[in-house]
Amino acid sequence: MFRDAALVAGRDLRIELRSRVVLWQVLPFSVLALLLFAFAFGPSQARLVQSAPGLFWLALLFSTVLFAQRSRALEGSPATREAARLLGLDPAGVFLGKTVALFLELVVLEVLLVVGLLLLFHVVVVSWLVLIAACLLAALGLASASVLYGALSGEARIRSTLLPVLLLPILAPVLIAGVRSFQAAIKDGAGLSGRWLGVLAVFSVVYTGLGIALYGPLEEN
Amino acid sequence: MVSAISLQSAVAVAGRFPVLAGVDLNLEEGTVCAVLGANGAGKTSLLRLLAGLTALERGAGTVLGADLTKNTSGLRANVGLMGHGVGLYEELLPRENLAFMIKAARLDPSGIPEALDRVGIRGRIAATPVGQLSAGQQRRVVLASLVARRPRLWLLDEPHASLDAQARDLVGSVLEEAAAGGATVVATSHEPDIVIPLADVVVTMAGGVVTERYAGGRMGLSDVS
Repeated sequence: MFRDAALVAGRDLRIELRSRVVLWQVLPFSVLALLLFAFAFGPSQARLVQSAPGLFWLALLFSTVLFAQRSRALEGSPATREAARLLGLDPAGVFLGKTVALFLELVVLEVLLVVGLLLLFHVVVVSWLVLIAACLLAALGLASASVLYGALSGEARIRSTLLPVLLLPILAPVLIAGVRSFQAAIKDGAGLSGRWLGVLAVFSVVYTGLGIALYGPLEEN
Repeated sequence: MVSAISLQSAVAVAGRFPVLAGVDLNLEEGTVCAVLGANGAGKTSLLRLLAGLTALERGAGTVLGADLTKNTSGLRANVGLMGHGVGLYEELLPRENLAFMIKAARLDPSGIPEALDRVGIRGRIAATPVGQLSAGQQRRVVLASLVARRPRLWLLDEPHASLDAQARDLVGSVLEEAAAGGATVVATSHEPDIVIPLADVVVTMAGGVVTERYAGGRMGLSDVS
């Protein structure tokens, strides 16, 4: 399973590096979203700092939908997916490989968004440990859920509209727990963050487990 | 001889429509079989059933010893399919596409350069992402993947489509090598003049069933049950 996961992750990352779709389209969209949020809230420093955690996670969630679409598109045409099915890859390994590739891309996005928060919103992070833990746990949960729901959303002709409808509601726990964790990281409330980091961890474990179990049957059907 | 394919009254459906309506077909290992028939006759559906990609709804069938009524995931690794779509990753180079397939199938990747060279993918073409190659060159890459993988069962859906005369000859010689190596080959076609000389057995399909079976021209064989 892990051998297949490494193979699939390498394939996805190689395609992304070569196509540069994420670099020139998805990442700029995410930064633009953060920038527009900042414009919408006006120049008030206090309001920007107060709203920063929510805006960060909204920008991350909306961007995740694009990442999820892109991750699914990497599987190629129906003919390419059928050809891959004939290779005897372990479906759980394929799921894990795609999740790892998407996780790494989301971590890059999170770094960009955090830099944006520091520069645009003048946020001062008190507990970097909480912030980093929240980002990593959320990236894993978002990646696993995105790959799973990408497989669930079917063919390309309906995926672009169906995937956001399927994915965004189930990402609500990440939004809530992420915002609370960020508030703790900014306001020196590290002691209060444990429960919300736990929510992110449980979300990640549940969707990674579901993906390992269900990705194969979803692909077959 | 060992049976490679055995179908008895095989029925497969797409939605509610029976795409195979009771196919009977027996082929021994190492046989080259040409499948002829009009559009919608069930040729592609037959290949998908044999690959384990379409479920056997009724009847009985074994392919390479695998029961089609059970889990066919073990069968698939022994099958190479060249379908209408090329099934390659457009952003990757031919060599990278083959490397992914070969490693996924847990085979030795050292034969990839030789396989690409065998089908004429070399030089500038080999250094071009697959999505920028012509349709014929893409099909050559797919052919190279089969040469490198050496599956026990080759399923080719109109393998001569989009190919020039030189490439058509290449397909013929590659199929001959595969069969000589013990692989079973099933190739559909709309061009009987090209495939019948390559085949041991020719079957004609219509309405999702095999309607006729006769000897092909390969090596002068003439039996047919």
